[in-house]
Amino acid sequence: MAKRIGIEVSIALAEAVKLANVDVIAAYPITPQTHIVEHLSEVVANGEVDAEFVPVESEHGAMSCCCGSSAAGARTFTSTSSQGLLLMSEILFIPGPMRLPIVMAVVDRALSAPISIWNDHQDIMSQRDVGWIQTFAENGQEAFDLTLHAFRVAEDRRVSLPMMVNIDGFTLSHVVEAVELLSQEEVDQYLPPFKPRYRLDPRKPITMGPVGIPEVYSEAKVAHNEALKASKKVILQGWKEFADLFGRQYNPVETYRSEDAEILLVTMGSISETAMTAVDTMREKGQKAGLVRIRLWRPFPGPEFRKAAGKAKVLAVVDRCLPPGATCGPVGAELRSLFYKVPGSPKIFNFIAGLGGRDVTVEWFEEMVEKATAFAKKRPKELYEVIGVREK
Amino acid sequence: MISEFEKFKRFKAKNLPRKEMLAPGHRACQGCGEVLALRMAMKALGENVIVCMATGCMEIITTPYPQTSWKVPWIHIAFENPASVASGIESALKVLRRKGKVSKKHIDVLAIGGDGSTSDIGIGWISGAFERGHDFTYICLDNEAYMNTGVQRSSCTPYGAMTTTSPPGEKSFGQVTWKKNVPGIAVAHNIPYVATASPAYFLDLMNKVKKAALVKGPAYVHIYSPCPTGWGSAPERSIEFAKLVVETRIFPLYEVIEGRYIMSRKITKPKPVEEYLKGQRRFRHLDKEHIDHIQQRVNADYEKLIRLSEMT
Repeated sequence: MAKRIGIEVSIALAEAVKLANVDVIAAYPITPQTHIVEHLSEVVANGEVDAEFVPVESEHGAMSCCCGSSAAGARTFTSTSSQGLLLMSEILFIPGPMRLPIVMAVVDRALSAPISIWNDHQDIMSQRDVGWIQTFAENGQEAFDLTLHAFRVAEDRRVSLPMMVNIDGFTLSHVVEAVELLSQEEVDQYLPPFKPRYRLDPRKPITMGPVGIPEVYSEAKVAHNEALKASKKVILQGWKEFADLFGRQYNPVETYRSEDAEILLVTMGSISETAMTAVDTMREKGQKAGLVRIRLWRPFPGPEFRKAAGKAKVLAVVDRCLPPGATCGPVGAELRSLFYKVPGSPKIFNFIAGLGGRDVTVEWFEEMVEKATAFAKKRPKELYEVIGVREK
Repeated sequence: MISEFEKFKRFKAKNLPRKEMLAPGHRACQGCGEVLALRMAMKALGENVIVCMATGCMEIITTPYPQTSWKVPWIHIAFENPASVASGIESALKVLRRKGKVSKKHIDVLAIGGDGSTSDIGIGWISGAFERGHDFTYICLDNEAYMNTGVQRSSCTPYGAMTTTSPPGEKSFGQVTWKKNVPGIAVAHNIPYVATASPAYFLDLMNKVKKAALVKGPAYVHIYSPCPTGWGSAPERSIEFAKLVVETRIFPLYEVIEGRYIMSRKITKPKPVEEYLKGQRRFRHLDKEHIDHIQQRVNADYEKLIRLSEMT
């Protein structure tokens, strides 16, 4: 087993891509994704991995190039953030139904305006419905492991779908953490070579991306959705085998001190570690608080979440995204829908926090729990509340 | 001179390939000059090619699922990006060949876009792919407007032409801008091969497409493509217009090989532009003043081209 080293999370993630023996990387630089693609350019330039690094002219070009590369049968990776993800948006919807298993690291960052390079989840939540498998990493080890897992799952012939790993910009991407990198032999043991079912090959010509006339369009969309839902089985299997080989077990949702909890915080991404500290603090004060963290966002793990929520009476759901004019944040809406008219379901309160790099502190988590507890007794006027905003 | 050209025996009427890579039965309009040009281009390339196509007439008429006209591997991703998709395919083939995962045999990579895709929405993507030097061919099938969406103007629409977004009226005479010089933009990228072609000169067209594929690095072929539906011209006159456009010097045929301009066909006794303009509804509203202006500009542009061919 490889030893633990101190390494910047972006570099660890890029090392995972290298160890995956990637064939083609097409990427365009954007803060805070840059360290990932810089490191990949370096390892390609140094011959540490035999791959083509295509320095494309835009993120739209990056995703277009990835579609071509994947369709030609190459293991394909890209990474982006924020405005770059939005520039890709048109093309992001295409590899899903076309079953092209591209892997992408999204380094989550706020959206303009005002322009901000700092972290929240507004970029990825705006692209929620692109039809990719989506996971969220909490720490550096997870960023590394989930990237390898992504190649394994995406390229599995039963799945054959694009997959993204989300890491929080700066607060995760740029921190140095202790990460246990796997060796090449270990990765090779876990990740088989990419053998696409279909690829562009003159010996067996196929037409990819034909016109979906009304007689077939609905069927094509439903087929994609079914494939995405069915991918959960392979996602779980991929995590189980990872655990069998390397001892680290991942689940679609994780819990922390939730067994007897009356109120649960619900988080995604790197703020979860702060949330755990907040849970400890509240437990010390005698509050029965716990945490549920969503790792797998798409396909949404409904049964796993319900089980994780257990018998809690209240959920304080944290969103890192403010959808203007909506009834609540995207995670809040997802969970309200999940529990709608389910007997004995918890009361759900939605908090929006940490926009554009604002720290989400232990105190704020305590405030959310306090407010959610009060709301459970007296219904609030609004369906969500934004936490930590100066009024003057 | 490019060494790959030496071995290439040019297409002649006697040695035309019999194999069709684009099957009949597609849904093109009667008299479509674009699908004819496409068929010739594919005939020239044969079966060892991967095609990336932009959204547009040729894409929709050839692939209404579950039918396809394509006998070669073909992919459509979106409107503006066939050059990027081709970049990805070319890069993939390169590395997979190196790693022994695909056969060592060379496969041509072809990107195809219409004039809207090429001159407007996709020009940045093409520029990127040319600059990076991918070994691929880009063909622009230029029917001089957004025909697939119902004849809207593009930056390749000729001066004075009526389209649904450049309508002549009290205060307008139609398209107010001159056709964008896309082959010139391709040349500015210092790519090894650029050419213009017209389906009326089909051997010339096929030879140019084949040369574009043979050359190492990016190549660009700009093909004039008559569109009876969009131009308001008689379907049976498409080839005639494809010939007239050259004979009037409006669309000169030339190659630019490693920066050297070579006229494919010098037009010593040009026909007046009016002969080309009449018979197309899109130019019907033009008065003498505008026609004279077009004539002058055509003369000037042709002279410029001749000077370039003499200089280089």
